Amino acid sequence: MEFIAAYLPSAMMNDQTISQLPLALPEIVMLCMASIVLIVDLFLNDKTRGGTYILSQFTLLALVVITVMSFTQQKSIAFHGTFVRDGMGDLLKIFVYIVTFTVFLYSKSYLKARDMFKGEYYVLGLFAVLGMMVMISAQSFLTIYLGLELLSLCMYALVALQRDSIIASESAMKYFVLGAIASGMLLYGMSMIYGATGSLELATINAEVMKNTDNIVLIFGLVFVLVGVAFKLGAVPFHMWLPDVYQGSPTAVAIFIGSAPKIAAFAMTMRLLVDGLHGLHVQWQDMLIIMAVASLAIGNIVAIAQTNIKRMLAYSTISHVGFIMLGIMTAEKGGYTASMFYTIVYTLMALGAFGMIMYMSRMGFESDKLDDFRGLNQRSPWFAFIMLIFMFSMAGVPPFVGFWAKLSILKAVVAVDMTWLAVTAVVFSIIGAFYYLRIIKLMYFDTPQETSAIEGASDLRVMLSLNGIAILGLGLYPELIMGLVISVM
Amino acid sequence: MPSVYLWIVLAPLIGSIIAGLFGKVIGRSGAHWVTIIGVGISCLLSLVVFKHHVMDGGAVYNDSVYIWLETEGIKFHIGFLVDNLTAMMMVVVTFVSLMVHIYTIGYMHDDPGYQRFFSYISLFTFSMLMLVMSNNFLQLFFGWEAVGLVSYLLIGFWFKKSTATFANLKAFLINRVGDFGFILGIAAVLMYFGSLDYKTVFENVDKVSGLQMEVIEGVSWSVMTFICIGLFIGAMGKSAQVPLHVWLPDSMEGPTPISALIHAATMVTAGIFMVARMSPLYELSESALLFVMFIGATTALFMGFLGLVQNDIKRVVAYSTLSQLGYMTAALGASAYAAGIFHLMTHAFFKALLFLGAGSVIIAMHHEQDMRKMGGLRKYMPITWITSLIGSLALIGTPFFAGFYSKDSIILAVGNSDLNSWVQSYAYYALLAGVFFTALYSFRMYFMVFHGKERMDEHTRSHLHETPWVVTVPLIALAIPSIFIGAYFVEDMVFGDFFKSAIYVAPAHDVLASLPKDDWLSMVTHAVPFSMPFILALAGVVVAWFFWMKRPDIPAMLEEKFKWLHTLLVEKYYADHLYIKLIAPFGRWLGDKLWRWGDVKIIDGAIVNGSAKTVGFVASKVRNIQTGFLYTYAFTMIVGLVVLIAVFVYGWDKIISTLG
Repeated sequence: MEFIAAYLPSAMMNDQTISQLPLALPEIVMLCMASIVLIVDLFLNDKTRGGTYILSQFTLLALVVITVMSFTQQKSIAFHGTFVRDGMGDLLKIFVYIVTFTVFLYSKSYLKARDMFKGEYYVLGLFAVLGMMVMISAQSFLTIYLGLELLSLCMYALVALQRDSIIASESAMKYFVLGAIASGMLLYGMSMIYGATGSLELATINAEVMKNTDNIVLIFGLVFVLVGVAFKLGAVPFHMWLPDVYQGSPTAVAIFIGSAPKIAAFAMTMRLLVDGLHGLHVQWQDMLIIMAVASLAIGNIVAIAQTNIKRMLAYSTISHVGFIMLGIMTAEKGGYTASMFYTIVYTLMALGAFGMIMYMSRMGFESDKLDDFRGLNQRSPWFAFIMLIFMFSMAGVPPFVGFWAKLSILKAVVAVDMTWLAVTAVVFSIIGAFYYLRIIKLMYFDTPQETSAIEGASDLRVMLSLNGIAILGLGLYPELIMGLVISVM
Repeated sequence: MPSVYLWIVLAPLIGSIIAGLFGKVIGRSGAHWVTIIGVGISCLLSLVVFKHHVMDGGAVYNDSVYIWLETEGIKFHIGFLVDNLTAMMMVVVTFVSLMVHIYTIGYMHDDPGYQRFFSYISLFTFSMLMLVMSNNFLQLFFGWEAVGLVSYLLIGFWFKKSTATFANLKAFLINRVGDFGFILGIAAVLMYFGSLDYKTVFENVDKVSGLQMEVIEGVSWSVMTFICIGLFIGAMGKSAQVPLHVWLPDSMEGPTPISALIHAATMVTAGIFMVARMSPLYELSESALLFVMFIGATTALFMGFLGLVQNDIKRVVAYSTLSQLGYMTAALGASAYAAGIFHLMTHAFFKALLFLGAGSVIIAMHHEQDMRKMGGLRKYMPITWITSLIGSLALIGTPFFAGFYSKDSIILAVGNSDLNSWVQSYAYYALLAGVFFTALYSFRMYFMVFHGKERMDEHTRSHLHETPWVVTVPLIALAIPSIFIGAYFVEDMVFGDFFKSAIYVAPAHDVLASLPKDDWLSMVTHAVPFSMPFILALAGVVVAWFFWMKRPDIPAMLEEKFKWLHTLLVEKYYADHLYIKLIAPFGRWLGDKLWRWGDVKIIDGAIVNGSAKTVGFVASKVRNIQTGFLYTYAFTMIVGLVVLIAVFVYGWDKIISTLG
């Protein structure tokens, strides 16, 4: 605690700090609005609960507007080196808002059908978004940790939202304990690096690291920090929580865990490894290679053996994380760009896939078995087609945007002369194509187990269709997102 | 202009999608309205484009409208190259397509697959436009395959009829053979030019023209000849040139409107168009030109013979199509690209007219196609009669009719070609003889259908009447260009500089420039009454009249006397036998063996299923790590941490030395 205490006085409010406040406008707005939602919700009953929903969605849309209006390519560091505002952060934040907005929209009818349409979901969700925003804008170990914990604590609570469900409580427990271990390791690593460099600010750390790159203490610290990062991303062998949590938590929570936090985790990885520890890239490159290959292998192979689609998507996430890590591993701008593109694209695809599960579920029926997708084409040809888009895109089939994501990573890997690694990634992707195609086979070539029409809320139907069309459209015009990503990198 | 081009292409596509996917919702009339409006817009805008480029001399447009991917110099893009050649093709395609759309309302009136049919023909229009407007080989290939696909779907439109499914499979397979050559040609272009863009390729021909390649050790080929012949093999498939012609007569199993649109006026001419578009390449290879000329002339003459022994009204027109495609191809071989394209244009109108006329007859005869059961229809169906007569006169090359100008220019061009080879004189005489036989079989058909004894049964006769306006209006609309379009364009297209930069002819080959400059009137006065083609055509008509009107016993007697020849023609030179009895069984035998040994045992057994089983096995084992117990999870994390520390802090080499 000593170093925190030593650090505090310099962070006291002064004129300079106040003048820097506008830089953190999105965070401030989010904090205020989350608190307002918390209070407003107290005065609403179950009939008027829609107010909470509308206010939360309004907050997210307002933040999109605020961030777009104040979008800046320029990098400005504020609050004594703890906070950074740059193009990458702004872009990632915009996607976090959009993704969370979609999550809330997809979840509404699911929550209503299960008596979970409560203020807690939205308040926790908004605070989680605040945590992600802090992580994305963090420029010091302290802020990174602060954001991470805010996000994680909200997530633990969200998983346990269905208090009476044994399986949900169990997975919340697992998530919490493992998350605590990972946080502990991250903190331990940070303290090592602090010990070696004498600073918590990433920029200073980087300068110090450059002076002495084979300091054993630094490498020791790096390993621990990386474990924390890998846990958050869900990379092998720190992935064990993922399948259980995805399966155990309500789908409305699983979709949240599976989407927006990946963007924040990507930002955290970039801040820590690139902004802070770039001097050690020779070491972390090798570590990332090991974890990426393990993730690709375990994720793609074990997904094949799953019968629960949420579990299958968990393993699919693990394999996608492998790809994201490969891009960062290159330690080149091209690789970072590819990874960022991949992360964004991945969240859009994951949103869609989970959205489909919620669309098909109804009261007392989760629709999370692979068998539930049998013969979907006969029940709803349009949404079978939308699901086909998501699956093809995840498998990396052109012309869908998932293909471009994979291609850009592979190009970046080949560009740093690691063709063998690209080949490995391709081989595992081919293995992975099996379980995506299996869903398509089930939808189009099997007879349905039930023939009832699917009743989904109309806003859900529209958004899900847009989501699918976006995956196709971005595949035809990959420049739309790629251009943005390149411009901020 | 780019947005106009885009709409020309997209309007039929949108129509096709609406009619195809929402056919049930919009109903039958909805389907024909939406597609007709789509193609109508396309046709109207094509006329605007034609005016812009041809009349007002607008600049050539060559640009990408959408780039999907650009990697190492290869661009995957959609782009348009619009010059006078393209503009002319666009008008022909969309105009004939529009006529056929309207006509279909009458022809398919009672068909249960009404919406599906409209969706297909609109899709065809889209594909054909993509093909002719392309500015790169990849899009050309896309259009090429897409029209092939639609042709397949439409030949087998009545898929419950086994002959139709046989015919569409045949068309598809034969076209695969051609496409194999085509894609080899494209691959060679990519290999030697490093680009698939027309402009880049044409600008760099000089760098490649001298190169040689060795596909087989020790045998050296000119790269240009290889590319040109490869591409031309593709054209042979699509434009049904001997010996890849066998699919076209069978394609008549499809509904008549598509025989007119796809298998006469537009798709089958894609090969001709493609060769003309590639003229900068063909001009550099005389061997390829001779090959093209030989194939064309052979097709023109020998396919004409077959028309003489057919009794199915549509098959006669089909063989005449084959023969006319031969004429166009021969013109390409003589470097008279402009004459070939000119014939393509006139032919599109009068051949569509003939097919639709035949279709009109078929409707009136309650879907009877055998000419032996017709006769004397003239007085029952006056409009069909007069328009069919116009079509036939245009086809045989009667002066003042469209076909006269184009066919005469081709024969003149081939006759004056500078290519010093026996092929040139062979081609010239084959084309001349073809004129006589064209007239003979055309008027045999004409007399058998519209004149003479009424040979139909009483029931059919009592119901005979002229077809509805949706059928006759397109006939009239096509009859007008079948008369006038030849005279109107001959001076510009054949002797003038209509195509400008679109077609390149090497000065040494420029046979059209060496011909005396004629206008439409002087061409007639030169031809009548002593030019060979004119005399031969006249003789053909007279002989047809004499044989089938005056003395029907003579053809019967000839048939008896030259039994072997008749059988040879009826059996279509045994080409089908060769393919079906010899090549196909061999292919199937080979395929069967490869499948049994290669596929089932090695690929499926060992590689595919073997690896799949391995993966499945590994998956079932590895998933056991996920025990569900918290301590296992925590333990795994610790193990991971320890491994990372061991490797990176302690170091690989130390671990190895400790272990060793």
